Amino acid sequence: MASKEYAGKMLELDADGNLVNLNEWNEEVAKALAVEEGIESLNDRHWAVINYMRKEFTEKGDAPSIRKLTKESGVDTKELYALFPKGPAKKAARIAGLPKPKGCI
Amino acid sequence: MAEPIKKVSIVVSRGSLEGVYPGLIMANGARMEGIDAQLFFTFFGLHAVVEKKMDKLKVATVGNPAMCVPDAMGPGLPTWMGAIPGMSWFATWMMKKEMEKIDIPPVREFLEMIHDAGCEIYGCKATVDMFHLTQKDFCPQVDGVITVGEFYEKSTGAQIIFT
Repeated sequence: MASKEYAGKMLELDADGNLVNLNEWNEEVAKALAVEEGIESLNDRHWAVINYMRKEFTEKGDAPSIRKLTKESGVDTKELYALFPKGPAKKAARIAGLPKPKGCI
Repeated sequence: MAEPIKKVSIVVSRGSLEGVYPGLIMANGARMEGIDAQLFFTFFGLHAVVEKKMDKLKVATVGNPAMCVPDAMGPGLPTWMGAIPGMSWFATWMMKKEMEKIDIPPVREFLEMIHDAGCEIYGCKATVDMFHLTQKDFCPQVDGVITVGEFYEKSTGAQIIFT
């Protein structure tokens, strides 16, 4: 399994390049992952999505669908795609330190 | 390594509920992956974007040998039974209930979501003429009515998927 340095720590990554251990995640790691995804700085709206995704994952064991995310996080579909261009669910999950979402919607 | 898919152009040609959803799911899934997408509704598929029809799409219970009762893995529904009044309504209700459980939105909401995600939505000119429709018959997400030639122009560099 691959590992890579983020925010000064060597972290283990799965086959998709997502963190293996949720506990190793922190805000600094998120910022480093975001840069890798082409997002130079994370604003309040990015954090609203990231924090909501982490909360859902902790409670349900999978990242939320885009539909659920836009209904419950307060960030609508248009904004979500603007915040995380080129694949919102997958990117936001990676930055949030979660595995790739399993759902189709 | 093979080049990843950059753009898909999805044609929806059928107007039953099970005929419309695969195209919508594929378009939404493409956008979720960062793939450019456009939807082209033609023939009865156009019902999915017509205000008066889009909320009333039904599952076809006749002429569908895979149709089973009481659920998807039950025994087959004989064709003559599929013709009993209310059967299509029932099958539609069942399917919608199961879709809601896995967070697949109703057609109208799904189209809004797909359009907000940046997917362009078009109606087919030939069908619009054949059905005597005008722009005001469509839901607001329809970006325009285009000819098959324009469809191919807009599909430059795309994979075309016919459903």
